[in-house]
Amino acid sequence: MNQFQYVQPTKQKAAIEALVKNANAQFIAGGTNLLDLMKHGIVAPEKLVDINKLPLKKISHENSSLRIGALALNSEVADNKLVLAKQPLLAQALNAGASGQLRNMATMGGNILQRTRCPYFYDIALPCNKREPGSGCSALAGFNRMHAIFGYSDKCIAVHPSDMSVALAALDVTVVVAGPQGERQILFTDLHRLPGDQPEKDTTLTRGELILDIIIPDTPFAQQVHYLKVRDRASYAFALVSVAAALATQNNIITAARLAMGGVAHKPWRLSETEKSLVGKPVSEKTFQEAAEIAMRGAQAFTHNAYKLKLAPNILVEALKTAAGIA
Amino acid sequence: MEKAFFDQDNINDSLDRVDGRLKVTGKATYAAEYQLPNIAHAVLVTSTIAKGLITALDSKQAERAPGILAVISHVNSPGVPAYGSSPAMPERATLGTPLRVFHDNLVYFSGQPVAVVVADTLQRAKYAASLVKVQYEKEPHQTDLEANISRAALPANVQRDKNSRYHDYDRGNPEALNTAAVKIEATYKIPTEHHNPLEPHALIAHWEAPDKLTLYDKTQVIKGTQGNLARAFKLPIENVKVQAKFIGGAFGSGIRVWPHVMAATLAAKKVQRPVKLALPRELMFNSVGSRPETIQKLSIGATKDGRLTAITHEAIAHTSTYEEHTERTVLATRVLYACPNVRTRYRLVNLDVNTPTWMRGPGEVTGVYALESAIDELAYALRIDPLELRLRNHADSDPEKNLPWSSKSLKECYAKGAEHFGWHKRTLEPRSMRQGQFLVGYGMASSMFGVHRNNAKARAVLQADGKVIVQSATSDIGPGTGTAMTQIAADTLNISPALIRFDLGESTLPDAPGQTGSTTVSSVGSAVKVACEALKQKLLQLAVTSPHSTLYNANPADLSVADGRIFKTQNPAVSITYTEILKQNNLPQLEVTEESKPGAEWQKYSMSAFGAHFVEVHVNPITGEVRVKRVVTCAGVGKVINLKTARSQSIGGIVGGIGMALTEESVMDHRFGRYVTADFANYHVPVHADVPQIDAFFIDEHDPHVNPVGAKGLGEIAIVGVSAAIANAVFHATGKRIRNLPITPDKLI
Repeated sequence: MNQFQYVQPTKQKAAIEALVKNANAQFIAGGTNLLDLMKHGIVAPEKLVDINKLPLKKISHENSSLRIGALALNSEVADNKLVLAKQPLLAQALNAGASGQLRNMATMGGNILQRTRCPYFYDIALPCNKREPGSGCSALAGFNRMHAIFGYSDKCIAVHPSDMSVALAALDVTVVVAGPQGERQILFTDLHRLPGDQPEKDTTLTRGELILDIIIPDTPFAQQVHYLKVRDRASYAFALVSVAAALATQNNIITAARLAMGGVAHKPWRLSETEKSLVGKPVSEKTFQEAAEIAMRGAQAFTHNAYKLKLAPNILVEALKTAAGIA
Repeated sequence: MEKAFFDQDNINDSLDRVDGRLKVTGKATYAAEYQLPNIAHAVLVTSTIAKGLITALDSKQAERAPGILAVISHVNSPGVPAYGSSPAMPERATLGTPLRVFHDNLVYFSGQPVAVVVADTLQRAKYAASLVKVQYEKEPHQTDLEANISRAALPANVQRDKNSRYHDYDRGNPEALNTAAVKIEATYKIPTEHHNPLEPHALIAHWEAPDKLTLYDKTQVIKGTQGNLARAFKLPIENVKVQAKFIGGAFGSGIRVWPHVMAATLAAKKVQRPVKLALPRELMFNSVGSRPETIQKLSIGATKDGRLTAITHEAIAHTSTYEEHTERTVLATRVLYACPNVRTRYRLVNLDVNTPTWMRGPGEVTGVYALESAIDELAYALRIDPLELRLRNHADSDPEKNLPWSSKSLKECYAKGAEHFGWHKRTLEPRSMRQGQFLVGYGMASSMFGVHRNNAKARAVLQADGKVIVQSATSDIGPGTGTAMTQIAADTLNISPALIRFDLGESTLPDAPGQTGSTTVSSVGSAVKVACEALKQKLLQLAVTSPHSTLYNANPADLSVADGRIFKTQNPAVSITYTEILKQNNLPQLEVTEESKPGAEWQKYSMSAFGAHFVEVHVNPITGEVRVKRVVTCAGVGKVINLKTARSQSIGGIVGGIGMALTEESVMDHRFGRYVTADFANYHVPVHADVPQIDAFFIDEHDPHVNPVGAKGLGEIAIVGVSAAIANAVFHATGKRIRNLPITPDKLI
């Protein structure tokens, strides 16, 4: 393991400056992903900037929005009364991820920024464009059972592993970030990137930018929700496919819908077209089947993940049915 | 004078684990936890190619790293005397040669140790290891079993040994298959599986003198490891000490001396300090063997009323290019059912991978999965209840050896299991049972594992304070060996288990076989029994021959023993305690060492444990997810020594079977010859949420033939057949027969 420096600033500004000054510095919060990456030799930061002393743990509800500090722990958020009351989908997605022990360490910001679990990314003996740009994508013609069916490029077919982020992608979330140039807000759906020619870049954050808060607006579709995840064992496994579904209905007619899928793309896969198609339709299995068809347009599988072409629409329908109360 | 050992009632008391408190309070010391002064830390550098040559190994940068003590490779290895001198022109090892660590520049599999880096801390060793630069000349490799199936051959070690049981086997006329009224034929595949005990393999190697080696190693075979190292380094056997007092699971991965053990031992020789080496999880997939990937073709013929007329079973498994790992894959097919015509074939394919090894229920797990799946398929073809079909073909004697069973309670296992499970509620048709949105399936399978027994020695020492120390160089990978031995000793000597201390896990103790093949209770337990019996006889002898004894000149036949006291059966007031006997004879202690061996009974009887598993699964038809909801298992394993630890063994076997059936698979990317599932995020062992209520029952078998304790062994049979029972339940639920394990959601969707 490389020697590295470690600092624990108490001021946001100092934390950001520490990253700006050293091109090989990295923020660390819960460390549930970064320490693994360091132990496997995938990343070797010269400096760790521990942000746990920053005051970013608050969970509040103000101005018709739920505001969650980036350092709030996954387990705290999943159990928080405000979260359970205002955004149960988020709590469901959080509890579908990782294990109790990991959720007790992992933070909101860290969960958003976790890296792919592609086995080729993890084995430093093998080519991977995300780890070593230009070395090639081993998954493309390799073992790609867990890989993308949407939005991939010939440089990378990895998927984003977070469950929580799938719910956030569905919930019209805004992320507040601070960087050397000050604060800005980013739509959650604009935070993660598709791989394109730069799979090494997971997000649109710039050097030194730090996630401060996650803002989830109150919406009419926040209560009829369901997070459905399919995995290889009953708990503690990454999603084969997952779906976050949120609906608003009036007299059995859908007035608003939000949908996102996990385990299918390099980023949480928001299904805006499908959402639009649902508005004005009656709540019914048929409606949801039609929506699933729209959702799957453009999906293309590789040697080992063709099952996702069937599994994804199946569970999209199921998640919508459960959200609508007709399962 | 007293009841036979296996007739005693108190033996299957659920005595708490004698080492339980140590384990749960963290006071049990595992191999990597020994604190030795001046200890150094080793990290392996492993090959990234599957076959070829190391053309350059640059350790200059690593050797300049802070805290570095040495980088050892084929370039500068102190050498293993048994390997001989390093050849000028390295030649590939002939089949049957264990990997010669740092002997030459040849690469046999990806993940092979090519160097070991030693430093004063683990972190520094790890960093320095990342600086070692290895250049290779790649050669084309073959790692894909299916792609190389045309090379499948009868193992050379079988060809050389005319007594091998793996030769081609024909009984009766297997061609009867062609004329069978009903016939099924299917191919079943199991992937490579890895043992993955929670405690990774680790050791501390310490050369206490240039010719004296001590290993603190995670090994199931203490004396075997001692002998292996003594031969390798050409040392007198007593100069090698091996210690393995606690083991955090092994499932067979600790049966051999693996390359990392040699690497650490060589490193310790080089740096002249104790060296600790613990495998990180990812190296557990390349370092300590695996269950071999196996492809099996089963054909079964039967009459319309469900009498088996012919079975053929062909198995092809992988092995390495330098060793042949053979296992009992096809053997159960010859004996599990009464069938006049049976053919078995066993073949291996040499691949550029590390050598597979025994993994819990080796061979039987694989073969019985296929056989019991095929029997289930036949039951549907015949429209006969799968349990009824098995009963109709019950083997009342061993159809291969034509010998009576020493004991067999398979029918009772079927009956008890079926009753507790509620098998009668099962409907015959697949996809005919539902609960809410879930498809419900009931499945069952038989289980068997042969009884094995090895020579073993034990020492029993009665001390002046009445305590008895019992010792044998066996090990305990988790079943509760110390607890069982304590009970056997206590029951034999008629004293409280609290007065017994059982020592294991050290090569200085009396010879014992490894903890393998479910043999520990049958072998070591028998030695403990005969040693304690001899100690008791000595005490009885002293009681009637010492002039001061209250029992002087008594007839031993008139005496009884209870609570460490010998007394006249007709007049219990006339008695003498064990400790009084020592005192009267001025003996500070009384010691016996005895050996117990299998004998002529093996010519008279065929010996095997049998059992049955009953499983209920729920399958989500939308997602393809399978959940095991309930398991009832019942086994006839001779005498159950400790009901509580036995139940735990059974439960553990079921959990292992759930993993085999539903989640565990090591996937190799054949372009690189590397496993791409080499961590716990990708190699899925069952978690608590995957494990339902498991009810484990035993048929109390009184088997006076198997061995002095009457116990057949349980570790392996607990897992044999479980994956078939689950796969059969999945078929019953869904109508889909998945013949390649594990049954993951993608295969059912």
